[in-house]
Amino acid sequence: MLLNDPLSNILFVDLSKKEFWVENRRELFDNYLGGSGVGIQLLNETCPQGAKPLSPENPIIFTVGPLTGLYPLASKTVAMFKSPLTGNLGESHCGGRSAIAIRLAGYGALVIKGASDIPLYLAIHQDKVFFRDATSLWGMGSNFTVGRVIREIEPGDGFRTIMRIGRAGENLVSYACVMTETYRHFGRLGLGAVFGSKKLKGIVVSGKRSLPVGEKKEYRTSYDEIYNAAVSSTAMKKYHDIGTAENVSPLNELGGLPTKNLTEQRFPEASKISGEAFAERYLGRRLACSHCPVGCIHIAALRESYEDEKYFYKTSMISYDYEPIFALGSMLGINDPEGFLRLMDQVEILGLDAMSAGVILAWATEAQNHGLISEKETEGIRLQWGDYHAYMQMTKKIVDQSNPFFHALAQGINHAASLYGGKEYALAFGGNEMPGYHTGPGAYIGVLIGARHSHLDNAGYSVDQKNIGKPVMSPEVLVDTLIAEEEWRQILSSLVVCFFARGIYPRDIILKTLNVAGFPINSEELTLLGKTILHEKLRFKIREGYTLNVDNIPQRIFQTPSSLGLIDKEYIRTAVEYAQKKLLEAPV
Amino acid sequence: MEKSRLAIVDTERCVGCQSCMFACARRFGDGGLGKTCIGVKSAGGLERGFVVIICRACDNPPCAKVCPTNALSLRESGGVNLDLKKCISCRNCVDACIMKAVFWDNENNKPMICVHCGYCVGFCPHNVLKMEKKSSEVIPVAPQ
Repeated sequence: MLLNDPLSNILFVDLSKKEFWVENRRELFDNYLGGSGVGIQLLNETCPQGAKPLSPENPIIFTVGPLTGLYPLASKTVAMFKSPLTGNLGESHCGGRSAIAIRLAGYGALVIKGASDIPLYLAIHQDKVFFRDATSLWGMGSNFTVGRVIREIEPGDGFRTIMRIGRAGENLVSYACVMTETYRHFGRLGLGAVFGSKKLKGIVVSGKRSLPVGEKKEYRTSYDEIYNAAVSSTAMKKYHDIGTAENVSPLNELGGLPTKNLTEQRFPEASKISGEAFAERYLGRRLACSHCPVGCIHIAALRESYEDEKYFYKTSMISYDYEPIFALGSMLGINDPEGFLRLMDQVEILGLDAMSAGVILAWATEAQNHGLISEKETEGIRLQWGDYHAYMQMTKKIVDQSNPFFHALAQGINHAASLYGGKEYALAFGGNEMPGYHTGPGAYIGVLIGARHSHLDNAGYSVDQKNIGKPVMSPEVLVDTLIAEEEWRQILSSLVVCFFARGIYPRDIILKTLNVAGFPINSEELTLLGKTILHEKLRFKIREGYTLNVDNIPQRIFQTPSSLGLIDKEYIRTAVEYAQKKLLEAPV
Repeated sequence: MEKSRLAIVDTERCVGCQSCMFACARRFGDGGLGKTCIGVKSAGGLERGFVVIICRACDNPPCAKVCPTNALSLRESGGVNLDLKKCISCRNCVDACIMKAVFWDNENNKPMICVHCGYCVGFCPHNVLKMEKKSSEVIPVAPQ
């Protein structure tokens, strides 16, 4: 660690007692770097076994890493909590200005405990912590407005993050997100509901400290190497040009784009909602996370007229990415780009996770088509593929939970299907609604065995795409490949390096930058650390009752051909059983 | 050698990555943002783009006029040089600069003012910033 580095300072906040204190935990950061590595240790320490996710016992932990504020692209914040969606490990990553603000406020981690009796938001300005009454913000219709109000009254502009929840979080929807800087999110696994359960409307953090480096020459040289790679390498080009939405067309061509609740693997009208289409017609601005020259955030400008008055318009700036286009586009049969943008905007205003929301709406559509639910359950809404107006109404009702059906939808797809049926096409894995990849067995085994049940845990979809046209990979080799990738990604997420930048942070660069940051670690130790951190996550999951099970896999994935053809259930079974032995039964 | 100064090409090209701010701080070999003399912040939310705050290298700089100890001397190409030994941290210069381009070093309790070295220009991925000769036509800068 750098001399006098504040990284090892952890800010603890107790919302019940309205108290805060700082603990220096140098050994945690020395041993586990930061991010996921430190986060899982703090979760193991502070989350009691069996804690209910929406109880005051459930802590919220934010961690950043030693490279944050020193090198570009190390600007993610890792959140750890117990997920109200899965009832187990919650881990979600977010960019924006969050990581830089936490690091330069003088902390490596924040730990939020307890629950407030009144709505409040936290304002953390370096060493000053304020509990601000958020009564006036609670229940506010738009998440955007909440950001605006806080922006006006808090100091630190340019050096701060403003995290906040929408009404979805307040109303404890299990897949409510936390939004930062308007367009970035702790999206998955329901951190927004955990905020809501604590009456925590938001958190502002600001700071502008220096991070004095010992080896200044080596620092500048290695910095330039990474920066130049980031702005010139083809590895990053797709992220700043068309953005992640670039994936829509190729995945559709490969027959891996889940469409209409995965009844189809291609969307005939994908070209209307492709990255190219949005770039040509709607792209209004590109944005970057703090300390990332890539700028992958793509914002569409949607001009809409008011119906009640002539020549009266508004222009909304709406963020889009591949996963929301899949979940709120192809998965719902929406081929109208403006319809997609309106639904996307609605989801942002309410503060839902776009991915879970889309997959749940897709299940509801099919369930209504099959007669499992009627218009009585949906309060008169007739769900039809492509009808974004109906889906916009649905999202509001999910947040309001106006009847038992919408209350069930607000608890996630597995819960809804357990009450209403349709499990065979309720597309969740490990309790988390699926990502936008029907590429083959790798995608599904990846989200099944990944500690966060996220496609980014081990990138199984990428393994599938590389396997196209090649001899079938054995289930064991596939699982070994995925586990090795997930172990390596523990290093990236402990340094909070963006996964998009994995190509410009190879092992030798990581060792070099860690050396400058005062972490003299060698290659073998790094490999071992990745294994250890993944193991620590699994230890928490097992403690909370985690099992790997193929019986609950929705049949649908075996019925619709993937990019690698029909997926064989026995293949998945063999792979998951093998993963069970490797991951869960290995000696501690 | 003819001196030049930092100028802005087009704030609408700014994506808000703040790489220029980190570059400015890194001139002294350190990380973080404690020593940055350039500012990038949203123009009222990221959806509205960014304000880029730089020193305009004024010909007759208001900051220098109000310095009670002559710590700010005029640069040949506009703007000022700061003599920290003379500075008594009165903050008059901060108040005098309506561009908000006199930054404050909280760690040393002293002002920080751009010296127009141009290091940040090399770290702007979208050509928002440039160095220009003093005599050339001046393009208006943000905040707009």
